[in-house]
Amino acid sequence: MSADSAAATLALPGGGRGNARFRALLNAVVPEAISLDDEEWREAQSIIARALAARPASVQRQIGLFMHVLDVASLVRYGRPLAALPVAHATSLLEALSRSRLLLVRRGIWGARTLAFMGYYARAEAARAIGYRAAAAGWTAHRKANSS
Amino acid sequence: MDGTPQSKQLVIEREYDIVIIGSGAGGGTVAQELGKLVADGRRILVLEQGGRLADHEFTGRELDMSDALYEDAGGFLTADGTMTLAFGRVFGGSTVVYTGTSLIAPKRVIERWDVPMLDHADLERRSRRYMVENNVHYLPDEELNDNNRLFALGCERAGYHAEQFPLNVRGCRGSSLCNLGCPNAAKMGTNRVQLPAAERLGVEVVTRAEALRIEDRVVLARVRERSEGEKGARSEWMPGTYRIRAGIVVCAGGAVGTSALLLRSGLARVVPRLGEGFTCHPAHILVGEHAQPITNDVGHPKSFFLDRAEEEGFVLETCMYFPFVTAKNLTGFGTPHSALMRAFPRLQMILVLACDRAVTGNRITVDGAGRPVVHYRFTDAVITSLIHATRASARIFFAAGAVRVHAPSADPPLVERSQMDEIDALISERHFQTGRISISAAHLMGGCAMGHSARESVTDGWGRVHGVPWLRVADSSLFPDSLEINPYVTVMALADRTAQAVQADAGELLGGRVALTTA
Repeated sequence: MSADSAAATLALPGGGRGNARFRALLNAVVPEAISLDDEEWREAQSIIARALAARPASVQRQIGLFMHVLDVASLVRYGRPLAALPVAHATSLLEALSRSRLLLVRRGIWGARTLAFMGYYARAEAARAIGYRAAAAGWTAHRKANSS
Repeated sequence: MDGTPQSKQLVIEREYDIVIIGSGAGGGTVAQELGKLVADGRRILVLEQGGRLADHEFTGRELDMSDALYEDAGGFLTADGTMTLAFGRVFGGSTVVYTGTSLIAPKRVIERWDVPMLDHADLERRSRRYMVENNVHYLPDEELNDNNRLFALGCERAGYHAEQFPLNVRGCRGSSLCNLGCPNAAKMGTNRVQLPAAERLGVEVVTRAEALRIEDRVVLARVRERSEGEKGARSEWMPGTYRIRAGIVVCAGGAVGTSALLLRSGLARVVPRLGEGFTCHPAHILVGEHAQPITNDVGHPKSFFLDRAEEEGFVLETCMYFPFVTAKNLTGFGTPHSALMRAFPRLQMILVLACDRAVTGNRITVDGAGRPVVHYRFTDAVITSLIHATRASARIFFAAGAVRVHAPSADPPLVERSQMDEIDALISERHFQTGRISISAAHLMGGCAMGHSARESVTDGWGRVHGVPWLRVADSSLFPDSLEINPYVTVMALADRTAQAVQADAGELLGGRVALTTA
């Protein structure tokens, strides 16, 4: 399934509000994500949605619930939901929660950041941007690229 | 997953002499060895849960291949969610996704296992045979990339002795994509060597076939349809539920798969230790950042290792992962994490593995739906091993010229070159926080341990399940404790023993009977 077709059929937990939460999460986890245009964001979104759709329903519920918990934590700490936070505040919130004494909270942050990394770095453009050039042709491709 | 058929009319009957469940290092080996019996009229079947991919479907694309080759796309979590377990679910099993590192079990480990009728010399002889069959050899110097050379150099300068991995490749082009399935068909897994040989002998292999439950000389299996867009060929059988009668059943679905299958089949009543003794060499990655670009995403990723298992309980291996997996495995997020990711062309990478031991509580169970649940607690010894491994890795990185090191058990995780004299203080057990550090494992072992009796083990030294003579095991679940090295060669050697015992017992268990039916 291509990313485009996945985007058309899969949605993130929580509908429109869920999308906004995930985008805020992505921006906090990967600062470069702020510059994603709409098409690139849809690609990241579809990657995350596809990964979630392949997980058991219980895992999908847990992720949806944890994103809601993040929103509540944001309201308690900053008086605004996650999607309305400046990136620096969102990052600070996630950082604090990632050091929680509660394993459940640390696990939640770990899972959320994993999804964000997947959405961002599994895109071919992101791989190119960081200089990742692995190719099936291996050394042959490497030598060719270096000689051109 | 309980395997209860919805309607008796939908259950399709089959009969074979021998059914092998799983097609990885264990199942592939048993299939090839027992394939000789087909000439005598025996009917042999291999059931594989995953699909059979064509060569062109190995694209090296990270998410696509993870979905196609791994259970849960490589994201199978332990019960408390603190470790990811990676194991293959494809024609060829985990031999499709390993890096092909081929080592013989250490003598001290086999002696510690204390399995009756299992001696190291026998295991070594069988291991060498499969290493020849799989074209195991050392890569020539000119095919080693900087990531590997720097590890060897760093080890030498830091006073360690790095060893080169023998690899089972033929025509390796250095794609560096081994863990996503070789896109050049160069890795000699069972999908390339033993399974094709078995099929040439007349062994039938059915893919997309999940063994649901084992009853008395019966395997209940479900064959599933290929979903839209999914890689791999359709199953060789029509989708549906099958009841397969078999004179002998050989389980080779891996430590998690075999243990779970036998547990949901009620075998714990016969062998109470079933599922216990799970070990997995818990691992995490470290990266060292160099000032200049190095070759790291080209060339075989895993050419060297440092074996400190006996002295300090850890092994270091060179490695190089893909953007998402790398991002996930680095601790933290935000600006420092992004800066490290942008340094990708300058990153050197080391995988640290702890040589864990079988302890009470680390075990495989099944949930109410029959799905495997892996319970794993990090012992103090494992954490200490990972800390020592991380400190050693940091020294190796700096000795190789790295300007900074990302160490998950440091806080903050970046250790600058100017801090290299403080490594012991900066990298410490107090920063090892599960749920914050990404830990994964790919060497899954135990659950059906070999041993003397049903009181303390599940099988004998030849893979026979205690008290169930027609039921055999031939995979890493047999290990009574961790192996301390990459396990596939040892799995093949043990599977070879299982196959030998099946052949020896075939006359008694199968009689002169030749299966009468019947697809």
